[in-house]
Amino acid sequence: MTQQNNKLEKGAVVKGGTSITNKTGSWRSLRPIWDKKRCVNCMLCKIYCPEDCIPVKKGLRLETDFDFCKGCGICAQVCPVKCIKMDKEVCK
Amino acid sequence: MKLRPLTGAHAVSEAMRQINPDVVPVYPVTPQTPIAEGFAQFKADGRVDTELVLAESEHSVMSIAIGASAAGARVMTATASQGLALMWELLPAAAGMRLPIVMNIANRALSAPLNIHCDHSDSMGAKDQSWIQMYAENPQEVYDMTLLAMKLAELVSLPAMVMQDGFITSHCVEAVEMLDDKKVKSFLGRRKATFPLLDSVNPVTYGAMQLPDSFFETKLQQINAMEEAGKQYSLIANMLTKLTKRNYDSLEKYKLTGADAVIITTSSTSGIVKVAVDNLRKKGKKVGMIKLRLFRPFPYKELAKALEKVKAVSILDRAVAYGANAPLFAETLQSLYSSVKKPKAQSCVFGLGGRDIFEEQVEKVFTELLSGKIQSLRYIK
Repeated sequence: MTQQNNKLEKGAVVKGGTSITNKTGSWRSLRPIWDKKRCVNCMLCKIYCPEDCIPVKKGLRLETDFDFCKGCGICAQVCPVKCIKMDKEVCK
Repeated sequence: MKLRPLTGAHAVSEAMRQINPDVVPVYPVTPQTPIAEGFAQFKADGRVDTELVLAESEHSVMSIAIGASAAGARVMTATASQGLALMWELLPAAAGMRLPIVMNIANRALSAPLNIHCDHSDSMGAKDQSWIQMYAENPQEVYDMTLLAMKLAELVSLPAMVMQDGFITSHCVEAVEMLDDKKVKSFLGRRKATFPLLDSVNPVTYGAMQLPDSFFETKLQQINAMEEAGKQYSLIANMLTKLTKRNYDSLEKYKLTGADAVIITTSSTSGIVKVAVDNLRKKGKKVGMIKLRLFRPFPYKELAKALEKVKAVSILDRAVAYGANAPLFAETLQSLYSSVKKPKAQSCVFGLGGRDIFEEQVEKVFTELLSGKIQSLRYIK
């Protein structure tokens, strides 16, 4: 139960934009470890990511957004150069 | 002030006309029907600009009421008995979403056996669904309390029910003093919804899921709102008293001064009990009556204080709780728990399925209370 409700509106009314404010990364049990040096920037992982949590800037892949990555492992599966490995998530 | 001959039902229709709600979804059910009929006539005559929705069932009525109220509308409806039972699933939803819907109930027994007459089994069955509940004695009180309920509901964001006795009050004509339309308008103002669903600039979601991490907190807010309703009730009652010169305390204390034996009851039966009190007082008997107007939130402290010097009390319930104490009796016992001097208490169930109650029967209860030999449970059959 990690969801934080800083302000609970009466009647459990939910305001817009919860997909941004409600961080879902804590659900993750596996963590994608991305080897930047071997990455060829093909963007397959970006396209396949169901959470759209792989940011891209100026044609280059950036580190996974761990606020939202649920550790599904699809990026590791589709990576043609196998530069993503799924590792056990360590609880902080 | 106009004095009008009105049934309890038409007193509600008139109050609804003056309130001019944005949306009124309805479905007919005896003995509520004349409330909706009267209001539909006002709509047909162009005297209100309400959206009158004729639904296909009471389940739909309450669903429409919830949707409209979430949209930001002021919503009213009316029902009874089986209709209220069919709405049941939506009652806690309306309260949980904190929607100030006002619903008038013409109390009627629940089936089976099928019966169309008054008892309180319908609304007592819904007493714990976070709806404010008020019980009115006569058409005048029904009219006044409908206005009070609207103001209170919107102030604390909880739905409210106003009860009157089916047929006994709903179909009998009495003189009702109505406020001017303008005064009602300025008393109630306009509803200011906190999160109107139609506000597309600030979009919100109603009725989303809440899991164990937050559900409890939402319920706590609701519990606090109901507590707040108890405080606000007396403030709003005082505001209304300034307009009408009538009293709406959560308890009506009738000839309680020096009373040894007291009957507690609600709704129209208070009338017959007052007559019995008057008869016995003339004979020098120390008797009195407490009429309960507000049932949810329950005025525990006020009731305990009112019973401080009373020796014996009989609680007249027009409903039963199978395998448990009758509802009003149970609440009275709870309010007495921390009292130092507790009166002897009797549960007295009467009037099921609309059976009449007479002066002599009430006087007998008083005689029993005064004798000191009190049965813990009796039925007035």
